[in-house]
Amino acid sequence: MLDFINPTLVAHLVLIFLIFNILVLSAAFMVWMERKVCAYIQDRPGPNRVGPEGLLQPFADVIKLLFKEDLKPAAADTLVFLIAPVISTATAFAAFSVVPFGTETTLFGLLSEPLRLEVTDVNVAVLVVFAIASMGIYGIVLAGWSSNSKYSLLGGLRSAAQMISYELSYGLALAAVVMLAGSLSLREIVTNQAGYWFYVIPKWYVFLQPIGFIIFMTAGVAETNRAPFDFPEAEQELVAGYHTEYSSMSFALFFLAEYINMVTVSAVATSLYLGGWLGPLLPDWMGWIWFLVKVFALLFFYVWMRWTLPRYRYDQLMEFGWKVLLPVAVVNLIATAALVIWLG
Amino acid sequence: MEMNQLPFFLFAAIAVLASLGVVGQRNPMHSVLLLIVSFGALAGLYVLLDAPFSAVTQIIVYAGAIMVLFLFVVMLLNAHTEDDSPGARREPWVYRAFVVVSLLLGLEVAWALSGLGLASFSTDPGTVSSISSVATIGVALFTKHSFAFEVTSILILVSMVGAVVIARKEP
Repeated sequence: MLDFINPTLVAHLVLIFLIFNILVLSAAFMVWMERKVCAYIQDRPGPNRVGPEGLLQPFADVIKLLFKEDLKPAAADTLVFLIAPVISTATAFAAFSVVPFGTETTLFGLLSEPLRLEVTDVNVAVLVVFAIASMGIYGIVLAGWSSNSKYSLLGGLRSAAQMISYELSYGLALAAVVMLAGSLSLREIVTNQAGYWFYVIPKWYVFLQPIGFIIFMTAGVAETNRAPFDFPEAEQELVAGYHTEYSSMSFALFFLAEYINMVTVSAVATSLYLGGWLGPLLPDWMGWIWFLVKVFALLFFYVWMRWTLPRYRYDQLMEFGWKVLLPVAVVNLIATAALVIWLG
Repeated sequence: MEMNQLPFFLFAAIAVLASLGVVGQRNPMHSVLLLIVSFGALAGLYVLLDAPFSAVTQIIVYAGAIMVLFLFVVMLLNAHTEDDSPGARREPWVYRAFVVVSLLLGLEVAWALSGLGLASFSTDPGTVSSISSVATIGVALFTKHSFAFEVTSILILVSMVGAVVIARKEP
């Protein structure tokens, strides 16, 4: 009856458990880093009371949120109101399941079959990431609608418009990389980036697709609702946007989803453009360290950008998305296709 | 029932129940959400059929792109309940006619499906992966089905132009 339990299955379950918890911890760490970096940019010390250098501040925040009262507006659509934060968080976690972060390992001969360092290896991983990102919109839109409040609704509507607009450029940038790699599997895309040009420059797609990388990151910032594109929650105009009416843990879930989405976009960008776990100096089985370094660099860029650039105006955002980013993405795609055919 | 059939019945039940919910209740927002659930369950069925590409496309195109537009429109209209149509109170014979027509339609569908017979299924992993691969689908789409493909794109273009013409402000 229980003969299906073998070391490989156990190792896989442990891996899933670890990834889930590391994602949660990374969100906590991101909250801390964001506040620290923000503080240094604004020339003040930032959180420094709870734990060393304020490292335990996010945990204190979570405990505070847990013990708060969970309020619900009387006119809210109860079911949708409760489901919306769950959709947001679940999609944020789900998207990470197809991202590979290391080579195969047998844990030093412990396992009979090699274990791939990712939750699941699907042959259409790139599309899965895209599909789950498009599902993530629902969490925000439904939160905005079900709260039955004007600020929430405006936040939800804005986010729907923004995400639909930027998803196109996002998808077109993805398609260009898929054409170069000739595969939709993230693992194959990463392994295709192995090697060096002239012994120095790594064969990362960021060097073949510099415009695609910029488009991907810009659209990624818009997809994750981060400054300078954080319109769904523009504080000065919309109180807090789509999560105005949320409190306690349901608010924390939205917060968690936002940070995990950042991690996911950075991880996907690392796999697509920065060679994933590939890197010099370290042996193959320690490639996940390179992966973490690259993801961290992108995450720092995210935070840096938020505290450097002011928010755009809404019409500027739409104009930029449709009249600049989308045409550039289309030209980039066609040029890539032509070059791939020309150079075989 | 075998264990490996369990996911099929689960997804099938979700799809049927959600679809019934789409037409069965009066809140348009909930209808849209239930339709998304139904599309998601269909995608699950595609995965069970070893067609991950179709499953993901189903999610991206239908559950993602199209339903977001539906949701957007329903939100903009802010209709909390469906309006009763002007002819909502009908004579009893109208309802009887509806029942007869739907039974006939059901019979027709059953008859059409019975003519199909059992499709032959390959369980060989090599064949399955070659059929479900994106390259095979792409080649088939641009060679065998290229006419249908091009006609569809023209159809979509026409409907887009139509929408722009209708939405245009009169000069």
